[in-house]
Amino acid sequence: MLDVRITRRQGAFALDVDLAAGPGVTALFGPSGSGKTSVIDMVAGLSRPDQGRIAVDGRVLFDSRAGVDLAPERRRLGYVFQDARLFPHLSVLANLRFGMDRVPAAERSVAVGDVVDVLGIGHLLDRRPARLSGGEKQRVAIGRALLASPRILLMDEPLAALDMGRKDELLAFIAGMAGRFAMPILYVSHAVDEVLRLADTLVLMEAGRVAASGPVEDILSRADLRHLTGRGEAGAVIRAEVRGHDPGCGITALAFAGGTLLAGPVDLPVGAAVRVRIHARDVALALVPPTDISVRNILEGRVVSVTPAAGHVVDVMLDCGGAVIWSQITALAQSQLKLVPGGRAFALLKAVTVSRSDIADQSRTGRRER
Amino acid sequence: MFSLTPLEAEALSLSLLVSGWAVAGSLPLGILCAWVLARLDFPGKSLLDGLIHLPLVLPPVVVGYVLLVLLGRRGPVGAWLHDWFGVTLAFTWKGAAVASAVVAFPLLVRAIRLSLEGVDRGLEQAARTLGCGPLRTFLTVTMPLVAPGVLTGAILCFARSLSEFGATITFVSNIPGETRTLPVALYALTQMPGGDEAALRLCVISVAVAFAALLAAEWLSRRVQARLRG
Repeated sequence: MLDVRITRRQGAFALDVDLAAGPGVTALFGPSGSGKTSVIDMVAGLSRPDQGRIAVDGRVLFDSRAGVDLAPERRRLGYVFQDARLFPHLSVLANLRFGMDRVPAAERSVAVGDVVDVLGIGHLLDRRPARLSGGEKQRVAIGRALLASPRILLMDEPLAALDMGRKDELLAFIAGMAGRFAMPILYVSHAVDEVLRLADTLVLMEAGRVAASGPVEDILSRADLRHLTGRGEAGAVIRAEVRGHDPGCGITALAFAGGTLLAGPVDLPVGAAVRVRIHARDVALALVPPTDISVRNILEGRVVSVTPAAGHVVDVMLDCGGAVIWSQITALAQSQLKLVPGGRAFALLKAVTVSRSDIADQSRTGRRER
Repeated sequence: MFSLTPLEAEALSLSLLVSGWAVAGSLPLGILCAWVLARLDFPGKSLLDGLIHLPLVLPPVVVGYVLLVLLGRRGPVGAWLHDWFGVTLAFTWKGAAVASAVVAFPLLVRAIRLSLEGVDRGLEQAARTLGCGPLRTFLTVTMPLVAPGVLTGAILCFARSLSEFGATITFVSNIPGETRTLPVALYALTQMPGGDEAALRLCVISVAVAFAALLAAEWLSRRVQARLRG
């Protein structure tokens, strides 16, 4: 459990952060320049807050009032930097062992063999960092931090410097690692899909402050935070479970609170817990369930709110059996259908609009249900 | 076959001894000064920088004379060294090493400082988060990364020491077997009637030694660089 309550002034930029990160993956999310990296640098002891307190599992790392300020090497936190920062003069194996060798054998909670297995770096051990690809470097950096048996792993946009393919691959490794070693992770990111795939809890930052925090689904589904979570990617995030596959039709059925959702083919076993993002722009609304229509998903719900957005567009929030679904329609459509809070409506969602990239596997990481 | 006369062998081995000690003795202080200049910010930093670089621009004779005044038997530092440690620098080969070290010191510091400034501080931060204190970080991360710079500095320092003449002859004079290094011996020969041939031979030896040192430096530095690149 990480507790952070700090303030710091950097020129015109004021940082005033109060956050807690429990078990699992906590994403520190926000636009660039919102102070995310400054926060984990201060947690790691690489820079100093003006005032406040930082504690991990009750152990105080920094307390301006009590005059406590532990050096970085005494904090026992793992830090995975955006640019890997492997030691160029050491082999991959020596890099991996670098932090581990500083930890008394009795306090080591992570074994080299396990890390090498999970991260798939067994064939790289003799190489120098200069001969690794970006993704391989980042995997070694993660392994190096893990092997120091830290109490918490801090990750600063570890995927930012990678191309799309590598990103996907490394995301899978990180998800696997988070489940396998059950280590609390504070993950800095400004990409929604990374958060969707990895995080349990979301801490949303804006201009040096925490704008909101809570479960990922809740925060990403809130309209008032849309300007921070990404307008273009506006949508709801729901929890679901794989119910069945129809390989003949290339359709996967997902069960969620509001019923069944048909999606594009998903290569996950039946029963797998998933997180599904439903883009608001893909959802149409109807007052009566239409017939003879190609749309496969017709979900009944209650209108919770109607919020005007920019450019003659409104966001309609629908409650479908407890799951929140957002629909973005024109103000014209809204006024002609007379959609108001409390009314009934049907959300229409084409199965093809829910594709593989909108579905994040939650079971493989061994996460408990909330 | 080119074989050395006793005089040449004596001058050559003395030159190597003096230069070797000049490098070995000034290396720790050189690394410290380079680190202070590269990493710390304090009032009077440019003064220290100037002081370190002074021997580079002063006539070596001035350096030699200042050393004689300070470190001579009756000089403030020299008397103290003699009384407490029984060490005499003036007119000994140790003094020649000191003179060489002082004159070559700026070259050593410059090379190491440049190299230190090129080290990615992020790597040092990474080492700290992995449990290394400042000293261990310096020894296990910073030093290996600046090794090429230290090597370059040491070779430059060695080469400059080999060619040291002005400060040496002023501070420790020209004593056969004690302070008569290659350049000093060469100078003495040029002042002697009929010494042309012997002087020429010393010239050739000097060129050969300097060239060997440069080639060795090049080879070593390539090996270190290759090690860093993997």
